[in-house]
Amino acid sequence: MANRGQWELQLAEPADTADVTKYKEQIDWTLRLIYTTTAVQKRNVAASGPEKYTEAFIKNQIEEFNLGKRHLANMMGEDPETFTQEDIDKAIAYLFPSGLFEKRARPIMKHPTEIFPKQRAIQWGEDHRPFHFLFYTGKQSLYSLMHEMYGKLLDIQKYQDHLRAQGLLAENRKQINLIGSRWLIKEELEEMLVEKLSDHDYLMCIQLLERLVTLPCCGIEEEYVLKFRKELAIQLKKVMIEPLQYDEQGVAFSTGEGKRKTSRATAVVYDNGSGKITVNRVDYLCYFPVMQDREQLMFPFQFLDRLGIHDMVCTVSGGGRSSQAGAIRLASARALCSFITENEVEFMRQAGLLTADPRIRERKKPGQEGARRKFTWKKR
Amino acid sequence: MAAARLLQAVVPRFCCLGSLGKAAPSTSQLSSRLYGTLLAPEANQQVDPTVINDKLITEPLRHPDFFNVKELFSLKELFDARVHLGHKKGCRHRFMEPYIFGCRLDQDIIDLDQTMKHLQLALNFTAHVAYRKGIILFICRNRQFGHLVEVTARDCGEYAHTRYWQGGLLTNAHVQYGTGIRLPDLLIFISTLNNVFEPHVAVRDAAKMNIPTVGVVDTNCNPSIITYPIPGNDDSPLAVELYCKLFKMTITRAKNKRKQMEVLYGLQKKADSS
Repeated sequence: MANRGQWELQLAEPADTADVTKYKEQIDWTLRLIYTTTAVQKRNVAASGPEKYTEAFIKNQIEEFNLGKRHLANMMGEDPETFTQEDIDKAIAYLFPSGLFEKRARPIMKHPTEIFPKQRAIQWGEDHRPFHFLFYTGKQSLYSLMHEMYGKLLDIQKYQDHLRAQGLLAENRKQINLIGSRWLIKEELEEMLVEKLSDHDYLMCIQLLERLVTLPCCGIEEEYVLKFRKELAIQLKKVMIEPLQYDEQGVAFSTGEGKRKTSRATAVVYDNGSGKITVNRVDYLCYFPVMQDREQLMFPFQFLDRLGIHDMVCTVSGGGRSSQAGAIRLASARALCSFITENEVEFMRQAGLLTADPRIRERKKPGQEGARRKFTWKKR
Repeated sequence: MAAARLLQAVVPRFCCLGSLGKAAPSTSQLSSRLYGTLLAPEANQQVDPTVINDKLITEPLRHPDFFNVKELFSLKELFDARVHLGHKKGCRHRFMEPYIFGCRLDQDIIDLDQTMKHLQLALNFTAHVAYRKGIILFICRNRQFGHLVEVTARDCGEYAHTRYWQGGLLTNAHVQYGTGIRLPDLLIFISTLNNVFEPHVAVRDAAKMNIPTVGVVDTNCNPSIITYPIPGNDDSPLAVELYCKLFKMTITRAKNKRKQMEVLYGLQKKADSS
């Protein structure tokens, strides 16, 4: 196990909120690193030997964590009682700025239950009789889950038969709404059960759940089934609701930002204009002598048949002429979204006007002359 | 060891195993099946009277049917549950021929008189094992009855395995489960075949590990290695429900009897000492 962390705090005055850097100099501490082994990664959990983290140890860690949290809150000048995990994250990011790319390698301070993996306690009592009735199968959590699910399926079928006998089945259909959610993936189910699953086992579980859901009266067990569903992140079709703004003369305008390669542009599109475009306080004809760039600028307006209606004032920096033109195009398209209907926004999106071009310059690799170009191949 | 002595007492024909010596009274009944533990004396031995109390354990062995399992079933009940129906003549296993009454329209009929005898022996044995706080494992690989068997096992307070049998569960236990595991003391097969109509691996493994087995054998099964075979139908729902009910009743009865006897001998001891 690498670098065990110790909280060694030498804080004298806890309530001095003035200078955090002063505290940083006073304190010398090393943070705990993340341990990689999880109960789930090992193939045979039970045979992995005696518990690596005893209950007493974990309790100790939790106490240390709470103490450290209070100290941190004092240091940052916040109230220790209302110091949430988000505040902790921000504080740690501030105190220990790290340039590492891998987010999981940066210093963290989290509750021990999130850091130390969940472990299985010893499965049998003093008389050596196992606690769980499916212990001898080897995969007790999985099979007890399937047993439970099948039990629920039988209950629903019994209920259905009961209704059918009374002739009330047709009216009392209650189905579960599965739109906007997905079944848990294998990793999530493994986490839930603290047990390694094979693909076959996972498939069996999901098939059983699907079967449960097809029954007409499955609404009775809706709560149970929804435990195995995860909400899909609602894809935001409209990225931003863009409201129109009005300046002193009452002219409507709207701003947009765009980028392309290394250029960054902001555009302000005004209503009641005559198609005048100003780039960096210079007329667009002078700023972009090349026809191609000017075509790029006018593309969004042309697409919406609003060529002579709008005025535009934009600022752009970075990149070359073509990428600046592309950046302004994106910025103006985004700004125009405020003036037009939803359908037209969708048309623009499909035309590719609202998508930032992700292409950037590919780096040069060693052993090659450029990004792709190799050195001249000499036969001898 | 304890199981061998039980066999001697209950079924005289196993007396040929008289070469098995007496079990040392001081070893606890648990030490025979523990893996990976040292032979240190166990903590629960010092004052626990039930382990040392010989009478509590030997008293049931004096009677041929201490738990009165005979009254739990009758020939008529077995017949109504269609226990006598076997498979077709072509599926017949050679070793099942002694248990078959006859063959009618190509379907084998199992002799219910023999079934009664075997069932009584088997239930008596399970009752004794449960009385001595043994671990009982129900096995049934028939998908139709897996849930029922699991529910039965859970209601008795015993264990069940109705899923895919991983190879080393009994023979490679300390690797599969961890050290200090206690293996089952009895396996009960509601169906001795697995999903591909071959003998279940657990039958052979239990024989290897000297674990006694009780099993319902149909006309296409091999009864040779099973300690207490019960010739009978293992495919009809009614028959299987009957078996589950019988096993549950015997086990609960045996456990209750145990509690009663403990109380009884506890009071007697108090009376003796005072």
